[in-house]
Amino acid sequence: MTNSIREIPESAGFLVIGSNTTENHPVIGSMIKNEVVNKKKKLIVVDPRKIELAKFADFYFAIKPGTNIAILNGFMHVLIKEGLYNREFVEKRCEGFDELAKTLEKYTPEYVADICGIDNADDIVQAARLMAELKPMALYYSMGITQFMSGVNGVKSTANLQMLLGNMGVAGGGVNPLRGQNNVQGACDMGALPATYPAYIPVASDENKAKFEAAWGTQGMSTKPGLTLMEMMNAAHAGDVKAMYIMGENPVMSDPNQQHVIESLEHLDFLVVQDIFLTETARYADVVFPACAFIEKEGTATNTERRVQPMHRVLKPKDDVKDDWWIIMQIARRMGANWDYEEPKDIFKEIIAVTPSYAGITYKRIEEELIQWPCPTKEHPGTQILHKETFSRGKGLFTAIDYTPPFEETDREYPVILTTGRILEHFHSGTMTRNSKVLDETVPEGFVEMHPNDASNYNISDGELVAVSTRRGSIRIKAKILKRSKPNVVFIPFHFFESCANKLTVDCLDPVCKIPEYKVCSCKIEKISA
Amino acid sequence: MEKITLTIDGKEVTGIAGQTIMEVARENGFHIPHLCYHPKLSKTGACRLCIVRINNTMLKASCTEPVVSDMKVITEDEGIKSIRKWLLGLILMEGDHNCLYCDADGDCQLQAYVKTYEVEQSKEDFPVIEREIDYITSNAIKRNENRCILCGRCVRACKEIQVSNVWGLCERGSSTHLIADDDKKIGESTCVKCGTCVQYCPTGALTFQPVLGKGPNWELKKESSICIYCGVGCKIDFYTNKEGLLVKTMGHEDGPNDGHLCVKGRFGFDFVQSPKRLTKPLIKKEGQFQEVGWNEALDFVAQKLSAAKEQFGPDSIAGLSSAKCTNEENYVMQKFMRSVIGTNNIDHCARL
Repeated sequence: MTNSIREIPESAGFLVIGSNTTENHPVIGSMIKNEVVNKKKKLIVVDPRKIELAKFADFYFAIKPGTNIAILNGFMHVLIKEGLYNREFVEKRCEGFDELAKTLEKYTPEYVADICGIDNADDIVQAARLMAELKPMALYYSMGITQFMSGVNGVKSTANLQMLLGNMGVAGGGVNPLRGQNNVQGACDMGALPATYPAYIPVASDENKAKFEAAWGTQGMSTKPGLTLMEMMNAAHAGDVKAMYIMGENPVMSDPNQQHVIESLEHLDFLVVQDIFLTETARYADVVFPACAFIEKEGTATNTERRVQPMHRVLKPKDDVKDDWWIIMQIARRMGANWDYEEPKDIFKEIIAVTPSYAGITYKRIEEELIQWPCPTKEHPGTQILHKETFSRGKGLFTAIDYTPPFEETDREYPVILTTGRILEHFHSGTMTRNSKVLDETVPEGFVEMHPNDASNYNISDGELVAVSTRRGSIRIKAKILKRSKPNVVFIPFHFFESCANKLTVDCLDPVCKIPEYKVCSCKIEKISA
Repeated sequence: MEKITLTIDGKEVTGIAGQTIMEVARENGFHIPHLCYHPKLSKTGACRLCIVRINNTMLKASCTEPVVSDMKVITEDEGIKSIRKWLLGLILMEGDHNCLYCDADGDCQLQAYVKTYEVEQSKEDFPVIEREIDYITSNAIKRNENRCILCGRCVRACKEIQVSNVWGLCERGSSTHLIADDDKKIGESTCVKCGTCVQYCPTGALTFQPVLGKGPNWELKKESSICIYCGVGCKIDFYTNKEGLLVKTMGHEDGPNDGHLCVKGRFGFDFVQSPKRLTKPLIKKEGQFQEVGWNEALDFVAQKLSAAKEQFGPDSIAGLSSAKCTNEENYVMQKFMRSVIGTNNIDHCARL
């Protein structure tokens, strides 16, 4: 997030696009709901499904999955055509406007409404006018923007819109991606990415390599950017990757195209999995290490607003269950490293020495203060709002982006659009929530959510077991009939191994960041019983 | 903002126009007894326990009364004490407040005030209206209206914090009672089980279904940590019992969540104590996992990874780190892959 959670009351209104906030980030969802319902703030929602927030929205756009860029371009087209954008901000702080304006010319409300499947094109005009009045408007998005082959372009489009409106660098504005895991921000910050060291320092640089070799007292590190998660699986499938070490992940459940993932793991010569349960992935391992769960360990985690927070040991782990860092250190030592961390604190001291954005953070400070990185010195209070005076690169760059359709379009054989995601009561591959009584009892099994029109076409009744198939595979799953998605769009949560949504999803990737297109593929629905 | 100077119990304090006496008193370290008031919720002045004496004459509910310049506030005198005692007595007469059978025993604001003001059981015969008990319809929340004091905190918490508007008060006078949605049982309503109403209930009228460990409230230990689920990073107080088992969770006021939690943050942690947890290192031998000691497992992994590195080069090895692990663990994992293995084949689930 460029801005902070505590600024929600300072926003005049919200654009929520591609985020089912009240189910997937419920606490932030409630905060936004409070502003809209109890304080009469404005809300614009763009989502293929009529999510809870849509009920309270001034404008709700039920777009066809995968058409975010078109509608964002449509809003911007109106803002420029009617001269409603923030000229001062654009002239002073941004560049690339002319090219953007040129690209946007063809995105008339009618053209966009046609792409997105919106009935009333004039709503796009009205919503854009409302956005221009909201000073400031905060934009919130989540995986409904990113999990497409055009994910990177979707993200850039959100930035285009907020720069055009002049909502960057101000309290209550900003581009606010809601991160889906409690420490996904921190894992990225720490360099658990193939192309960057901690603090996003590129690995493809001899200078950076030398710096980290010196800091870590080693030699022979690589400047070649590594493989992303999906590329690793492909390389394993092809036999180029021979061994994998997987800590706290369950790719068999969470990666697209499950069959391909399983084959990839089976091709490996050697697989180590370190987890709290014998997960679907761990079953393919040669060695499994039992690791501590989150409340059995100490350390820090960084949330979606870049806030670094302390985690404390609440429960004592069983004797043979160990901290993840300890296990890695033991292997490293056996392979010749001279690491001697005694506690997480020792590691954190090393982190702040090599991570400029964390340099001023200490265990003591985060116990007492609210600190968001960048925090470069011990005296620095941390950074609540990014891009306040200037953008990181100087001027904010508008990127002219055209709408591109998703990888798979519906056809006669696979006529229905399938989109996937999470639900309120469950999380990711279900390892944790399905082992928690209240959550498991509340939603014990998966479902395919479909519109009554579709149900009627296929002669399916609520709760009936149906077959959903794509080019990758087929599952049996219960139908849940409600008017949430539009006709011809179905939704399946991916938490349930018995009706695994990722047997169906397509493993095509965004060419830049390699994110899979979980949010749209083509499927067919079949009645099982006569 | 207009500053206002007043005295509370003889001490000169300043507040801002529009603040209530309760708010200014709390900011200055005074405790005024209250039940319906909560700093995070709107004010209703329902319980009257927070009455204070103003300018040596009138009594006002401090939670709704705005501060005025030169006001003299007395938070407690003999008169106020006896009124508070009488008010508490009325509350006790109206319900069935037997602490022996109550989950809130030891963690109940009503109980604490009854002890402070030495309220005794009424000798008068008061017609008690049997109210609804619902321990079964919801697997998350238990409701016993005989312990409800009609403070309305649950109603406001559901409206103003969770913003689900499930709870409401229905009917009037002594028939007033709590309803979910349009008079449904809580388990059959649109309740999303965030548990916020329970966190804000000052008595044992609303309590959590016991799903984890159990134990009397005064034996529970509290430690805070960060929720494991989404990226909001809610700060949670975890309560554990004498046996070291998790009993319940409460939203911590200082976190980004401002005290609030969702159903996962409230009820999503039994997995930690699941008997299905891994407890020993495993090595697959002839297709079957076998429990082994740490040294054997670690030696084996180090040897296999070294061999793969030797034979096929560092880029034949790939590592996946985890957004569920700490910064420290992620740092160590990428450092391991880069400096010990010698590859940048390190990623995690950021895109999933």
